[in-house]
Amino acid sequence: MRVLWFAWLRTKVGVGEETIDPPQGVATVADLVEWLKGRSPGHAAALGDMTMVRAAVNQDFAQADHPVRTGDEIAFFPPVTGG
Amino acid sequence: MIRVQREDFDVGQEVRRLSAGGVGAVATFTGFVRDEGKTLSALTLEHYPGMTERQLEAIEAKAHRRWNLAEVVIIHRHGRLLAGEAIVLVAVAAAHRADAFAACEFLMDWLKTKAPFWKQEEGPDGTRWVEAKTEDDARAERWGDDC
Repeated sequence: MRVLWFAWLRTKVGVGEETIDPPQGVATVADLVEWLKGRSPGHAAALGDMTMVRAAVNQDFAQADHPVRTGDEIAFFPPVTGG
Repeated sequence: MIRVQREDFDVGQEVRRLSAGGVGAVATFTGFVRDEGKTLSALTLEHYPGMTERQLEAIEAKAHRRWNLAEVVIIHRHGRLLAGEAIVLVAVAAAHRADAFAACEFLMDWLKTKAPFWKQEEGPDGTRWVEAKTEDDARAERWGDDC
């Protein structure tokens, strides 16, 4: 699956996009967040306070319990500030 | 019709196009980069290509379901914009003004909470990411949980 990072999350993680292969037990967005935090200090910093972070799965907003599957595109970003 | 682009747009041209079919009302909103009391020099808008268009199309579809509209145009720019430049246009064509006004306001309130753009301000002390405002969520919520 692909993970995309936007705004200050991208700055903390150090990349805008990465391809990952998480283990079988990672079934939801919440599971993925926990697994991603272990990848690097930058990842842990970006996802440290999830009240400041929103997620999308396949380009639709997703809550913590949303399933994640092989082939999905998951994105993490701050609350939007368009308009 | 949704356009996500770097280039500036011409409100007059868009209104002329929308009214060419003989519609009774066109309501528009244009958002500009404020200079925040001369402290802001530029704004950079990042977006999520793919999700941006998808979310704007979804908001447009909601407006069509809720009001009797002839056409909706949403143009949202991205990239580096200077103070005073236009960021976004929402234009709604309808037979009657009540539908046009209401849909235009609805689209802007929803866009503020659902359109995946992120703003970074440049000022005298450097660059900082703009934070979302809770009042934007409140404004969107007052339209109810729509179709």
